[in-house]
Amino acid sequence: MKRHLISAADLSRDDALLILDTADELAKISERSIKKLPTLRGRTVVNLFFEDSTRTRISFEAAAKRLSADVINFSAKGSSVSKGESLKDTALTLEAMGADAVVIRHGASGAPHRLANWVRGSVVNAGDGTHEHPTQALLDAFTMRRRLGPLDGRKITIVGDVLHSRVARSNVLLLSTLGAEVTLVAPPTLLPVSVGSWPCEVSYDLDAVLPKSDVVMMLRVQRERMNAAFFPTEREYSRRYGLDRERVARLHDEAIVMHPGPMNRGMEIAAEVADSPRSTIVEQVANGVTTRMAVLYLLLGGADLGGEIQ
Amino acid sequence: MKTIVIKGARILGGEPADILIRDGVFAEIGQDLSGDETIDATGLVALPGLVDLHTHLREPGREDAETVETGTRAAALGGYTAVHAMANTDPVADTAGVVEQVWRLGQEAGHCDVRPVGAVTVGLDGERLAELGAMADSAARVRVFSDDGKCVSDAVLMRRALEYVKAFDGVVAQHAQEPRLTKDAQMNEGAVSGRLGLNGWPAVAEEAIIARDCLLAAHVGSRLHVCHLSTAGSVEIVRWAKSKGWDVTAEVTPHHLLLTDDLVEDSPVGSYNPIYKVNPPLRTRADVEALRAALADGTIDCVATDHAPHPVEDKETEWAAAAMGMIGLETALSVVQEAMVETGLLDWAGVAERMSFAPARIGRVADHGRPIEVGAPANVTLYDPAVRAEVDPAGYASKSRNTPYQGRALPGRVVATFLRGRPTVLDGKLA
Repeated sequence: MKRHLISAADLSRDDALLILDTADELAKISERSIKKLPTLRGRTVVNLFFEDSTRTRISFEAAAKRLSADVINFSAKGSSVSKGESLKDTALTLEAMGADAVVIRHGASGAPHRLANWVRGSVVNAGDGTHEHPTQALLDAFTMRRRLGPLDGRKITIVGDVLHSRVARSNVLLLSTLGAEVTLVAPPTLLPVSVGSWPCEVSYDLDAVLPKSDVVMMLRVQRERMNAAFFPTEREYSRRYGLDRERVARLHDEAIVMHPGPMNRGMEIAAEVADSPRSTIVEQVANGVTTRMAVLYLLLGGADLGGEIQ
Repeated sequence: MKTIVIKGARILGGEPADILIRDGVFAEIGQDLSGDETIDATGLVALPGLVDLHTHLREPGREDAETVETGTRAAALGGYTAVHAMANTDPVADTAGVVEQVWRLGQEAGHCDVRPVGAVTVGLDGERLAELGAMADSAARVRVFSDDGKCVSDAVLMRRALEYVKAFDGVVAQHAQEPRLTKDAQMNEGAVSGRLGLNGWPAVAEEAIIARDCLLAAHVGSRLHVCHLSTAGSVEIVRWAKSKGWDVTAEVTPHHLLLTDDLVEDSPVGSYNPIYKVNPPLRTRADVEALRAALADGTIDCVATDHAPHPVEDKETEWAAAAMGMIGLETALSVVQEAMVETGLLDWAGVAERMSFAPARIGRVADHGRPIEVGAPANVTLYDPAVRAEVDPAGYASKSRNTPYQGRALPGRVVATFLRGRPTVLDGKLA
């Protein structure tokens, strides 16, 4: 594996499978009463969050702590960053503190790439602008694999604001690496003009795609997009691209429904769909911790896990 | 005044000849000439002093990035004898007072002639015409007007500006960028921006404005100059306007002749390195090929550097926070050699046309952009096209270091520059 995890494209098929297999092993620990492993004792993981994201931050924090790492949470609000400190100076500060890994969430696409130039530790991208969110894709793949088995040839439909979605970018890359067949569904305004060059299919017709989907992943759609004319009204969006009970009925029996959260219930997903047995939304949260443990473990520990789990 | 003889220079790449300079003009061109001072130019190409239509000298206001003194030193080292200083300073060059200040600073520095560009609108705000006539009548004798950095997007204002400058033979140099289509734009909209999750700057945002402006210029019978044209579609529109006989000219930057948008994703200096952030953005390989062909066939009239200095802290940031722009005065001729001469698209006479004669004509710069012939002002650049070296901005005269070519090997070296017979550069160093 590479030293950093910044893009899902950094992962070969073998890398991705190793992370998912490691997460499977680590999941067994999460089922024990004592959930902690000594693996990263003495190592420091910094959570560097320039955007508010409590869910992702506590997921990484739980993952690092279960591996016994020391965790430093650095949030931009109320810190030197809000006083105008540059990303580079923040990076140099973390470097001086001896961070072994920096988990970064940033509003600017590419910020983790820049950070990687200025720190020696591993950089883990926890979401950068509208670029990528590779650990979300890993936990999604992990969740799918647990429900459906190997992903080769599986048909996965991702619906919603692809243009602004870091989740969609990482998922398309990772899932195609894992051999799945991805179809993106969105109004044309919410797809990049260059989407034809991506390793996936594209459709504007959700109803046509649903019957052959094994997974439907709904993306969050920000209501404010309406104001920039990406779609006319919430209601029209919901009617054409929302996942309601009638649409779910078009899915085959084993198909699952996913959402990276936070959801707009009633907008892209109906409440009864989100709460149905097909929905993996709560599992995704639990799997997030396990998958992030696997990523930190492999980037920082790296050794064979077998002995530690026994 | 002492006479200088340049021995064995290949004028526009032709046969070696001696050039005798006396009293600031070319006094004699021939063989076996002698003078008080002799400069050995064996193997060097003699070009007319280069003229830049598009330079950001940053003074007044951003003297941390560049000053007239440092920027014109860089210009001389790049082979330039005249540069046009863009108006987006602080305060904006939108009054006779500011343009005269910049012009005077250029005179005092003495490394090359500085022709201030006047703003089209007050404060570059795109709302009211600046006092264009006052700037034209000032000591700076402004002929080029531009809101560069911003587009004169209001069609009525653009029409009026084009009409108004006819009274003093001015030209409006448009930064063609439809503002609504490029809100928060970060890089060329295409496959790379889609993958990188950076807001796209679509080609159509440039092309739509160029098409509109060509039609406006034709309607009012005025002169339009298109700044830093960057797309294949823009080339087609300018070609069409010229085929109609309309008075439209265009420039291309060296970086748009060489670099492409995939450098943002993957380059020797990493991903998302803002050293490649520039406006208009780097485009695709197909655009680069179209721009080169258009410069070769004359659809694009000239090369202009868009030299845009920025201090380190404005580039050592995340991509979205970084300033747009690249320095270019000290590498322009080398990049043109690599992109145009070594590809066989232009010979040295063609380079002289595109980097000296044409920009001087467009800017109405008297005594620059003249052929190297007896009686003309002795503005000349001696260039060694045979060497090749890695770009190292550490030694640049520009105050800023934001070159996209660092670590890349480029051909050629400016050995000497003469401004009205006075050497400004000798042996590749400031004289």
